[in-house]
Amino acid sequence: MAIEVRVPTILRSYTGGSKVVEGAGDTLTALIDDLDAKHSGLKGRLITPEGGLHRFVNIYINDEDVRFLGALDAKLSDGDSVTILPAVAGGALGFAAAAALLGPRSNRPAAVLDRTKG
Amino acid sequence: MNSVLTIDSAIVNAIVAHARRDHPDEACGVVAGPAGSDLPTRLIPMDNAARSMTFYEFDSLEQLRVWREMDDNDEEPVVIYHSHTATEAYPSRTDISFAGEPAAHYLLVSTREPDSEEIRSFRIVDGVVTEEEINIVDATVDA
Repeated sequence: MAIEVRVPTILRSYTGGSKVVEGAGDTLTALIDDLDAKHSGLKGRLITPEGGLHRFVNIYINDEDVRFLGALDAKLSDGDSVTILPAVAGGALGFAAAAALLGPRSNRPAAVLDRTKG
Repeated sequence: MNSVLTIDSAIVNAIVAHARRDHPDEACGVVAGPAGSDLPTRLIPMDNAARSMTFYEFDSLEQLRVWREMDDNDEEPVVIYHSHTATEAYPSRTDISFAGEPAAHYLLVSTREPDSEEIRSFRIVDGVVTEEEINIVDATVDA
């Protein structure tokens, strides 16, 4: 099952510079595992050690944000197109305070401070 | 590493106007430019989905639409801007954590003073912040 995945500049070091790669899987989790097998380390930039989607990236299936499709459980079909973008966010508030303000979103674990790892 | 942001004065004025309009909430947006040119030419003010005085966040679906549009136009986000409304125009730890476009100039505008703006530009790569000069040009002279 072929799924086209568009990779942002910041993650292309994992894909040998490729902007578009192919993967397989019937859920987002399966797709990310498949991608990580071919592009080692990519998973760590998409999923937190706690197993949630990283706040620093947005992942879309076709035209929809996966956070509205069940996040990592989102279903995929042959021919779907997945787009990964860096989340654009920030602001004057300190990170911990920002995380608290954003609240505990089940799909958006905010307690992620180790972006530099991996 | 001696980088400089060259940007049209009309675009800078429009960014400042956006920041003033949304004050005291933070304003944010993108200036797209032809891929590889390092020249910001098309201003795209974005919604601050957080609608906050201390945090900004692009709406994820608006971002997808705008990023696709840039892709279709063979453009890239040359400048990503936002305002700080009560503090200096310097990247916060949050800004640094989120900075995900290594090729972009991160432009910050502080609107904490009612009569003047502080405008500064930075590269943020792998968590390292490097301030750069801003060269504001007048297109009627430069073009």
